Amino acid sequence: MKANCWYGKKDMRVENVPDPKILNAHDCIVRITSTAICGSDLHLYNGFNPAMQPGDIVGHEFMGEVVEVGKSVQKLKVGDRVTVPFPISCGSCLSCQRNLFSVCENSNPNAAMAEELWGHSPAGLFGYSHLLGGYPGGQAEYARVPYADVGPLKIPSELDDEQVLFLTDILPTGYMAAEQCDIQRGDTVAVWGCGPVGQFAILSAFLLGAERVIGIDRFEYRLRMARETCKAETLNYAENDVHHALMEMTGGRGPDAVIDASGMESHGLGLAGAYDRAKQAMMLETDRAVALRQAIMAVRNGGVVSVPGVYAGFIDKFPMGSVMNRSLTIKTGQTHVQRYHHHLLERIQKGEIDPTFIITHRLRLDEAPHAYQVFNDKQDECMKVVLKP
Amino acid sequence: MATQEARHARGPDRRQQPRSWDDGGHRGNGQAGDERLSRALGWFSIGLGLAELTAPNAVARLIGIPEDDSNRRMLRAFGMRELANGVGILAQPRESGWMWARVGGDLMDLAFLGNNLRSDEAQPNRIAAAAAAVAGVTALDVLCGQRMGQDGGEAQGTGANRLWSRHIDVRQTVAINRKPEEIYSFWRDFRNLPQFMSHLERVDVQDDRRSHWVAKAPAGRTVEWDAEVTEDQPNQRLCWRSLERADVDNSGEVRFERAPGDRGTILRVEMRYTPPGGIFGAIGAKLFGEEPQMQVRDDLRRLKQVLETGEVTVAEGSMAITHPAQAWAPHTQPAHTQPADSGR
Repeated sequence: MKANCWYGKKDMRVENVPDPKILNAHDCIVRITSTAICGSDLHLYNGFNPAMQPGDIVGHEFMGEVVEVGKSVQKLKVGDRVTVPFPISCGSCLSCQRNLFSVCENSNPNAAMAEELWGHSPAGLFGYSHLLGGYPGGQAEYARVPYADVGPLKIPSELDDEQVLFLTDILPTGYMAAEQCDIQRGDTVAVWGCGPVGQFAILSAFLLGAERVIGIDRFEYRLRMARETCKAETLNYAENDVHHALMEMTGGRGPDAVIDASGMESHGLGLAGAYDRAKQAMMLETDRAVALRQAIMAVRNGGVVSVPGVYAGFIDKFPMGSVMNRSLTIKTGQTHVQRYHHHLLERIQKGEIDPTFIITHRLRLDEAPHAYQVFNDKQDECMKVVLKP
Repeated sequence: MATQEARHARGPDRRQQPRSWDDGGHRGNGQAGDERLSRALGWFSIGLGLAELTAPNAVARLIGIPEDDSNRRMLRAFGMRELANGVGILAQPRESGWMWARVGGDLMDLAFLGNNLRSDEAQPNRIAAAAAAVAGVTALDVLCGQRMGQDGGEAQGTGANRLWSRHIDVRQTVAINRKPEEIYSFWRDFRNLPQFMSHLERVDVQDDRRSHWVAKAPAGRTVEWDAEVTEDQPNQRLCWRSLERADVDNSGEVRFERAPGDRGTILRVEMRYTPPGGIFGAIGAKLFGEEPQMQVRDDLRRLKQVLETGEVTVAEGSMAITHPAQAWAPHTQPAHTQPADSGR
């Protein structure tokens, strides 16, 4: 089969590789009909994950048709159309039983490696390095899906791929980011990063009762989408002092909740940005945290800091004093997709959410290396790339 | 999920004594001095390593060995070793393992010098002087390693005590989201053990107390032994030991504790191996064998997977195949996925 493989920093190649096989009785094989590139794939593309190995198949937002099931699979049958959540979850451990699917205790075969870095291991993820299991990803023609009765969500035939594809990751991720904010009617929420997760976080914050949502980015086309489609107010951080502007907008109180939807490669301007870039380059910190620091400083006293953006290691100059003295709450985590996807599918069926608005590029799987470049460099007003195998 | 605690095995069997999970906290008075000595030896390693790496010819002249390609290569390799060792010591000055690595390096150096004596171009006087110097440093390394090992206390179990014992002791624990009864009955049927103990090939149960174990050994060989159950408190505790004429003497104990809040079971495993060849066999196994703590920890992780999910978790990229996270090569099959399913 064809698959998009990582070979190094900014080096993706579509190659012919062996087809996946059923390895365990609870596995299924999915023939992929649509797959997308995630913002977090850009962290791999830019070489920020040391646990990648040349030849690794990437991609964790994919859906398709079940073509083979292991002998213990009960809920799925050949021919079912499914979306596949990006965290791999066993469904039986204490974490899964508490709906904490992305910290499944059994699905990372390389747990020992993750324990060294993080103390405990989270779930294995598709196509997201050997630290998180070494599972081949879904930017391919086929994928093996472990614990097939736990992850995949059956999709009714009347819905298009594009309407449901983002149930695999970014729609639940934006939703969980907003849910973590514990929004009370009338709240103001500020969102750093107006990429796909940021857009969905804005939408979700409104759905959950926010009165004002403020989107922050530096790309005008992303701010325009946040304004026009998601009805947010916007702030261009390249043109404004974000903290000052937010205080002005909220009468000095600050937003009730803040969402960092940018993560470890957040872009900083001026001295702070240069400082983090230099430290990251010298391996003194692994993650740049410009947006996170700014968000913490801006949120109102007693507010919530919700972090859907991906961090991998260590950050520097973390304003713990602000968190402690001002009674802030930080909530974060890889998305527990299986906790949200049924509910979000219902909302899509009812027409309350139409996630297709973020798709700007539809390409063939063969064109994946080019698509990464376009997405990474924000060329051609790129917001979201969907690939067809 | 699994945690580890190494324990050394010299002296009276501590299993009979009340257990303390956090002993080993206090340290001897000589510790500051040991740390100074260890740091000095660390810097010595780095200095020697740099010299060997950057000026192998000068080093060769100094110690009286021929300045040929092979010796230069060896000296550079030794230099890398010394640098790694020195950095290790300075980074973890209280960890006696680094000091024992130095002792190992000293022995390699002595062997290398001895080997060079046979060369026609060698200068025996210089080599003898170098060997005497290495022997002196070796004595210092052994002294330092031993004292640090003692400071570390019994419970830390690293370094000298662990190295110089005849046994390999392993203690591991894991939390499993299943009732003690379920885990006990799975374990009590020893035929299930190879499903998660990667080094076991099979266990044949002969009667209620006796079983025959076959384990994988290095170089494709197997080792076998008969074992008997020595204690059996259903759903609480199970002990076994190998009988006479075992290839590898061993014993084990597993305890099944109900986790607080009825959140499954905390399983505690202690195992002891006594490799053939007495103390030298044991040291050899510790220096060159697989890390037994890590092996048992991985075994318990697999046990948890089998009991909670019914199978051993596998990803293509976590298995030893040529192309890491790529899909499976058609002719290969994962050896340990099949049995995982048959046990339930």
